[in-house]
Amino acid sequence: MKVLVPIKRVIDYNVKVRVKADNSGVDLANVKMAMNPFCEIAVEEAVRLKEKGVVTEIVAVSIGPKTAQEQLRTAMALGADRSILVETDEDVQPLGIAKALKAIVDEEKPDLVILGKQAIDGDNNQTGQMLAALTGMPQGTFASEVDVADGKVKVTREIDGGLQTVELNLPAVVTTDLRLNEPRYASLPNIMKAKKKPLDTKTAADLGVDLTPRVTTVSVEAPAERQAGIIVGSVDELVEKLKNEAKVI
Amino acid sequence: MSVLVYAEHDNAALNKVTLSVVAAAKEIGGDITVLVAGKGCGAVAEEAAKIDGVSKVLCADNDAYEHQLAENVGDLVAEVGADYSHILAAATTTGKNFAPRAAALLDVAQISEISDVIDADTFKRPIYAGNAIATVKSSDAKKVITVRGTSFDGVAAEGGSAAVENIDVAKDAGISSFVGEELAKSDRPELTSAEIVISGGRGMGNGDNFEILYKLADKLGAGVGASRAAVDAGFVPNDMQVGQTGKIVAPNLYVAVGISGAIQHLAGMKDSKVIVAINKDEEAPIFQVADYGLVADLFEAVPELDSKL
Ligand SMILES: Cc1cc2nc3c(=O)[nH]c(=O)nc-3n(C[C@H](O)[C@H](O)[C@H](O)COP(=O)(O)OP(=O)(O)OC[C@H]3O[C@@H](n4cnc5c(N)ncnc54)[C@H](O)[C@@H]3O)c2cc1C
Repeated sequence: MKVLVPIKRVIDYNVKVRVKADNSGVDLANVKMAMNPFCEIAVEEAVRLKEKGVVTEIVAVSIGPKTAQEQLRTAMALGADRSILVETDEDVQPLGIAKALKAIVDEEKPDLVILGKQAIDGDNNQTGQMLAALTGMPQGTFASEVDVADGKVKVTREIDGGLQTVELNLPAVVTTDLRLNEPRYASLPNIMKAKKKPLDTKTAADLGVDLTPRVTTVSVEAPAERQAGIIVGSVDELVEKLKNEAKVI
Repeated sequence: MSVLVYAEHDNAALNKVTLSVVAAAKEIGGDITVLVAGKGCGAVAEEAAKIDGVSKVLCADNDAYEHQLAENVGDLVAEVGADYSHILAAATTTGKNFAPRAAALLDVAQISEISDVIDADTFKRPIYAGNAIATVKSSDAKKVITVRGTSFDGVAAEGGSAAVENIDVAKDAGISSFVGEELAKSDRPELTSAEIVISGGRGMGNGDNFEILYKLADKLGAGVGASRAAVDAGFVPNDMQVGQTGKIVAPNLYVAVGISGAIQHLAGMKDSKVIVAINKDEEAPIFQVADYGLVADLFEAVPELDSKL
């Protein structure tokens, strides 16, 4: 069975983001970029399914700038067999991405699509659900366990109240939560091998989809800074402050 | 303008977060209709009818909606929502699950986790784990929105007297099924609505040590949360995680115990009114956001705090 793993190039999660002085967005110049952490978990899950013999082919796909090739190479170093870049410099948004992915799904006909539940830049948490809607597939979002058997996939989901398990017909969309697995690091030989794996480039026009944003960013501001607090010398002082100064207990 | 608010509930009672979603709906303006979808959820519809400012309640009581499966609820909301200019749901794991599905079926964008309403088309929302706040404007005729509950003070649960209309729309996509669930049982206040939250991190060392936090929490009537590291290590279950990818809390008092203060954790708690940090490392970044910091070993400080309250 074939798995499609859509991934996103984002600012590295360790980088402290800064809002641009003109409030037009976040400063991305000379900032370290990486694969979105939830996407790494998606790639890892696909690779584990392949190692178990459940999956035969893993196709990574990204919709984004030319530089997203780096993240696709990383996905291939981690175990994806080939990849597709839908190249665009548009400020791509979840609905547009989902439409592009639907076009890829129509071509590739995967049995399973595994994506990150959210990207740590926009924090939207939409793409997987939208793709599922557009393709008519069921969805197992925020997955902490995935079990494929007998033409179905059982997904344990992290929900606000605890855990929920659902069973989905294949093909299906799964979005990953943090505890699904711990992604491996790519080994040097695998990084070298990945350079020779096929990377196909397409445009939105090739796929016949419109990536025009429906939502425009008017401005971006830094959040309100918290006032610097104090270090108390003892538990007694803490109790006194909480009672008499902050009045919260 | 007309706003459809999707009610969050467990088939027996309405979740308070719905009151915050109605508050956001009021800021947008227009008539507010609440949609209650579930199984045997008549009591929830009656409760929703009493919410201040609600003009109508639609109740879709059907087996297909019992477990809030996104495939079925998404279809329902896309169909019922066709008559409204705005569709709002809470940014809970339920809302996040079906709302993008409904948006895609309606061919409109979703605006996730708004924290402020500027006007009927323009909203504020946190991005980059809350390190930036974007003001965004939608050009779609219809808006599908999820609402960050802690950013809006809930409207009154009583005072309204809306009519309840039962709607017979059975959407069973038949492609997914509910297998089971493991829900946390706790007598402590729910994290997202608790007045006081005490959270433990990797510094707690193991799950048993969380007892000292539970004891303190019970004395203060507090909810108990955790960092991702504490959940990943298996100290406590996932529903306790606070942060960018866990729960967003904004209590009057947040006490971080043995938590370093990574940006992903801060994203979930830095809107708390008063923050206390107890950490043995004076360099820990949590102290940069704490109103009161105590540099101490938590295994001494927490029991002492407990004894002095
Ligand atoms: C995509 C992504 C999403 C994430 N989402 C979240 C999220 O939602 N929530 C979240 O919390 N994290 C999240 N994280 C993880 C985050 O980056 C940190 O790794 C995590 O918050 C660290 O948890 P911690 O503070 O408990 O552990 P640590 O960073 O290990 O800190 C432990 C602290 O305990 C202190 N300590 C140890 N022993 C004692 C003692 N005896 N007394 C007093 N203090 C003591 C130490 O000094 C230290 O400061 C996410 C990470 C990524 C990449």
